[in-house]
Amino acid sequence: MSSGWPDDTAEAPPRRTVPAPPAGPVGLPRLLSPAGLPGHAGLAEHLAAHGHRPAVPAEQGGRLAFVEEVDRAGLRGRGGAGFPTALKMAAVLAERGRPVVVANGTEGEPASAKDKVLLAKAPHLVLDGTELAAEAVGADEAVVVCHPAVLGLVQAALDERRRARLDGVGLRVVEAAEGFVAGEASAVVNWLRRGRPIPTRTPPRLSERGLYGRPTLVQNVETLAHLALVARFGADWYRSVGPPEEPGSLLVTLLGGVERPGVYEVAVGTTVSSVLEAGGGSAPTAQALLLGGYFGTWVDYGSASERPFSRAGLAPLGASPGAGLVAMLPADACGLAETARLARYLASQSAGQCGPCVFGLPAIASQLEALAAGEGFRRDLLVRWLAQVDGRGACAHPDGAVRLVRSALRVFREEVERHARGRCIAPPGRRVLPVPALGAVP
Amino acid sequence: MTRRLLRLRVDPILCDGRGLCAALLPELVGLDDWGFPIVSVEPVAPARLDEARAAVRACPKLALSLVPAELAVRRSDGGVSRPRPG
Repeated sequence: MSSGWPDDTAEAPPRRTVPAPPAGPVGLPRLLSPAGLPGHAGLAEHLAAHGHRPAVPAEQGGRLAFVEEVDRAGLRGRGGAGFPTALKMAAVLAERGRPVVVANGTEGEPASAKDKVLLAKAPHLVLDGTELAAEAVGADEAVVVCHPAVLGLVQAALDERRRARLDGVGLRVVEAAEGFVAGEASAVVNWLRRGRPIPTRTPPRLSERGLYGRPTLVQNVETLAHLALVARFGADWYRSVGPPEEPGSLLVTLLGGVERPGVYEVAVGTTVSSVLEAGGGSAPTAQALLLGGYFGTWVDYGSASERPFSRAGLAPLGASPGAGLVAMLPADACGLAETARLARYLASQSAGQCGPCVFGLPAIASQLEALAAGEGFRRDLLVRWLAQVDGRGACAHPDGAVRLVRSALRVFREEVERHARGRCIAPPGRRVLPVPALGAVP
Repeated sequence: MTRRLLRLRVDPILCDGRGLCAALLPELVGLDDWGFPIVSVEPVAPARLDEARAAVRACPKLALSLVPAELAVRRSDGGVSRPRPG
C-alpha cells in the first residue's frame, strides 16, 4: 500500500487535513509517455514519473471526498458513452453490499487500439486507477479485463507490484473475450461470471447487481488511468487542459487515410483537423470522417474539420468522440462500400439474443451491399428497417449500427445518387477500414 | 382506490417473436418485418387492462409484462420507436 503523496515522508497519511496536491506535469501527454519515456513503463519508471499514488481513506467521509474531487475534475468515461465517472462511483457507493470493480480493457472495437496501447505502455497507471476506484467504493476485489494482446504485459505489471508489496486491493487480471459486443459493460460482467460475453438486460443496473450479484463499478481502462492522475494532482490540474465543460485529455485512434495511423493523446476540444494532424494529417485528400467507432457517425470533412473534438463540439453533427476513433476516408474511397462492409461486420457481431438485431442488421447490411454494388437497392425498405431496429435490443448494438448507416446515407447522399446510376468513384476492391475476417456470413 | 397506470414492456432477450401479443392486442402491439412486437409505451387505457393482462399471461416466453407507467422508458422496452406503418 502506498503511503500518501509522492513527497510525503511521514509514516501515516494525514487524516482529515488534505494536503495540497503536488503540481502535476504541464501539458500533454499525460498518459502515454510519462516523463518522456518511450515505450513500456515498468514500475520503476512509473514511480519515477508519477510517484506513489495516494490512498483513499477507508471511511465514508474520505470516500465521498474523493468522489467529489473526481466530480469536480469533470472526468467522464472513455469507453464510448462518456458517462460522468463520479456519478457511477456514487451510485455504487450508495448501494448496500460489498462492491466489485471491473477495469474494462476489452476493446472489442476492431479498429480501436487506444486501450491496448495504454495497457502496454502504462499498465501501472491503469492498475493505480483500478485500486483507487476500488478504495473509493469500498471494494475488496477488482478485476482487470484485458485484451489478449496485452494480457501478458499487464499480468507482468501486477506481478511486479506484488514483488514490491504495492498490491493493496485484491486485484486480478483476466483475459477478455473477443467480439464487438464483448466490451459492453454487462457483457464483460457476464463473461466474468458465466463465460458468456454477451450483454444482459437492464434492470437491474450493474451498480445495483452485477458481478456475483454485488454492486459493480465497470470503468474503461483509460478512465481509470485518468483517475490515477486526478488522485495525485487534483481536479484543478485535470481541468487545466481542455474546455471547462469537458476538461482533460483523451486517447484517440487515428486510421484510414492519415499518414501515421496510431494512438495519440490530445486535449478534449482540439479541433478535428488538429487531431488528424497528430497523425500527420492529409486534409486535402479527406472526403469524410468516421467519428467515435464503428458504431459511430460519418461526418463530411469540410463541416467537421474546424469543430472541437468533444461531446459538445460534435453534437451539432450528430456525432460524439465515442471511444476516440477517428477514421479518415480519402477522396478515392467509397463511403457506401465501406459502410456496407462495416454493417455486415456489425450484423455478424450481434450477440444473437434479440430478434430485431438478429434479423434486422443482416437485412440492413444486404440493402447497403446492393446499394454499394449499384444493384436493386430499396431505399424505402432500408429506411423502414433502420426505424424498426433502432432501440430494440437489450444493449445498444443495433442502435449503433443504425446510427452508422443513417449517417452514411446523409453524408454520402451524392454517392447514393451516383450508385443508382451505376457509378462509383472508388477503384474496385479499394478498402480503407479494417474489418476482421468474417466466418460464415449469415 | 386509484389504480396505478401501467404500460407494456417486452423483454427483447426472452421474446422470440411468436406474435401472440399482436394477435390479442392489435391496437397496442404492432409487429416489425420479422414478426417481433413493437409495443406502445403509452399507459394502457383502464378499459383495456384486462385484455392486456390476458396477453401478458398468454405470452409463451413470458417476455411481455405490464410495468408502472411512471417507470422510465428504457430503450430496450420494445416500444421506443413506436409502431410505424412504414
